[in-house]
Amino acid sequence: MLSALLVMAVIAIVLGAVLGYSAIKFRVEGNPLVDKIDAILPQTQCGQCGYPGCRPYAAAIASGATDINLCPPGGEEGIRKLADLLGVEFKPFGGNTVVKPKAVAFIDENTCIGCTLCIQACPVDAIAGAAKQMHTILASECTGCELCVAPCPVDCISMAPIEEKITTWKRKYPEQTWAASK
Amino acid sequence: MRTLYQFHGGIHPPGHKTQSTQCGIARAPLPSRLVIPFRQHAGEPSRPLVRVGDQVLKGQLIGMPDGFVSSAVHASTSGTIVAIDMQPVAHPSGMPDLCATLIPDGKEEWFPHAAVDYRSSDPAELRQHLRMSGVVGLGGAVFPCDLKLRPLRNHPNRNISTLILNGAECEPYIACDDMLMRERAAEIVQGAEMLRFMLNAGEALIGIEDNKPQAIAAMRQAVADSGLPFEVVAVPTIYPGGSAKQLIRVLTGLEVPSGKLPTDIGVQCFNVATAYSVYRALAYGEPLLSRIVTVTGNVRHAQNLEVLLGTPLQELIALGEALPDTNHYIMGGPMMGMALASTAVPLAKAGNCIIATSDKLFPPAPPALPCIRCTRCAQACPADLQPMDLYWFAQSRDFGKAQAFSLFDCIECGSCSYVCPSHIPLVQYFQFAKSEIRAREQDKLAADHARERHEFREYRFEREKQEKAEKLAAKEQAVRQSLAAATPANPCIAAVQPEIQAAIDRAREQAATVEPKNTNNPTPQQQAEIAGIEARREHIRELAQSAVEHKKD
Repeated sequence: MLSALLVMAVIAIVLGAVLGYSAIKFRVEGNPLVDKIDAILPQTQCGQCGYPGCRPYAAAIASGATDINLCPPGGEEGIRKLADLLGVEFKPFGGNTVVKPKAVAFIDENTCIGCTLCIQACPVDAIAGAAKQMHTILASECTGCELCVAPCPVDCISMAPIEEKITTWKRKYPEQTWAASK
Repeated sequence: MRTLYQFHGGIHPPGHKTQSTQCGIARAPLPSRLVIPFRQHAGEPSRPLVRVGDQVLKGQLIGMPDGFVSSAVHASTSGTIVAIDMQPVAHPSGMPDLCATLIPDGKEEWFPHAAVDYRSSDPAELRQHLRMSGVVGLGGAVFPCDLKLRPLRNHPNRNISTLILNGAECEPYIACDDMLMRERAAEIVQGAEMLRFMLNAGEALIGIEDNKPQAIAAMRQAVADSGLPFEVVAVPTIYPGGSAKQLIRVLTGLEVPSGKLPTDIGVQCFNVATAYSVYRALAYGEPLLSRIVTVTGNVRHAQNLEVLLGTPLQELIALGEALPDTNHYIMGGPMMGMALASTAVPLAKAGNCIIATSDKLFPPAPPALPCIRCTRCAQACPADLQPMDLYWFAQSRDFGKAQAFSLFDCIECGSCSYVCPSHIPLVQYFQFAKSEIRAREQDKLAADHARERHEFREYRFEREKQEKAEKLAAKEQAVRQSLAAATPANPCIAAVQPEIQAAIDRAREQAATVEPKNTNNPTPQQQAEIAGIEARREHIRELAQSAVEHKKD
């Protein structure tokens, strides 16, 4: 009787120690799901989802606080991937969401007064310039979030859709004439 | 007799090669206008070095290699640059690319150039020379030749054991390598020796399909004449036996592992035409200015032409005299080539063949039927893939699965489409899937980059805030310290400090013992006065409170 209790107690202590040790050793910092969701989001940092950036939106999705269909730059493809990851149903965009083609901001340098408001708004530091100096967009860094458009007091920023070039050209889905089935 | 091996699959399409090999290589006349694209090779386009109006000489560098994978571009003849702009080029997209337009002056005046003694030169210098000579793989991939001659990345001390010269030319209709080997075998062999020297390779094999007996004989003769220990191997004619990985398999029995390069198994493979241009670049110092092009198909005079790069294709077609029922033109072979949207495009380094097509020669594909999973495509696939599964994943856009089924090992040879009884354009699906996957990888990289920049910005804001706070704290500290430092600095005060302290303490003690007299036993009149004052104070407090709240709202 006593030996049985003793054995059980020892087992409990050993297992408890193992669990306690692994809880410290293999501790996961932060929520790994947030990272996974964040990896799917397009990182435009545009805030169209209502969160101040992609990571906050990822955190909100992970906590179940919000829907997966709030990211227009990610497109339907993005929603599908999120649905796959989270094991939920695909959900189309809400009524007035418009998925725009990819674009980069363009500053009309003749109109720019050098107020730096757009520089402060840019979430990825893609605008070069200084106070009372002309500003310009670093097109290779621009995510097309449009956050710089609204703050501009002289409306000199426009969004230029990215044109397909020979280097970015993609092969189209094969057009195929299927034989009529009877 | 060397033991030859077999690769899986392959097909036997009709060759149609004799049509264009009846006469020797002819030199195409100088065109009235040359359009020279700055991107004629795999990788980054070259950077224009000339301006509109510049006079250039034949062989003058007009496009500087720009980037690691890049190559040089030269003026194919002497003349005047009249435009540097976007021009239509031979590309499956049909989109324009940056080109220089050159009006020849007809003098063919050469830019100064000199031979390089490769045996006494540094390998790195030779590679740079080839890069600046614009020598790229002429078998179709147009990959810069100098990069294939680099010391092995993973095994810097290991050498290439086998150099393979690819003269298989397996695709129907194309005969440019065949004719080059027949007529310029000695130069090819010398070029091969240069490549072997630069790679420090042990043996050199020249693989030629056995449907080119004249080329085999000419190459054997040239090897015997040169006294070099090369071996010319006749390989069985089977499509796509001229694909590098398949030829390596046939000649050495080695298989290039998935996702690896031939150099990883100690083999390097060059096209015979590349060896020829290496020879011209080193033995004469001539950059790559022309190539052999087969003009064939539905034409009256099928032939092989030596053509200056940049020559408009319609001039070559005019030389071949296309028959009236010609409906399309194919750049490259019928298996892997692309239909040209327009013939007003220039010849680039990759252009090995132009085929005029007619409904009689190439009947339009019948409408596709659903896949019946007969697996004939899998039997024909030279890369040991399962095209029926890849097709399923590609058409349903399940790209992850397609990649898991080794989509990127597909060499797009078209054998699967050729044998498909349902006439499904399988290769087009694979090309679409590959292109889509590559675009997605690009997007992913861009997103990662944006994330990094955004996170750095957040970090910078945080850091700036902290720095500001620290600065403020430091300033405050400094003021306090300077005050504290200033006070005891006065020796008079320091001397009487204990007395002052004692006086303060005494005063405090006295204040504690003494009770205020006027608050004890006030008269009713005084009390009423006090109450009045208190009421007024209360009223003022209330007013102030409500004002604050109002402001808050």
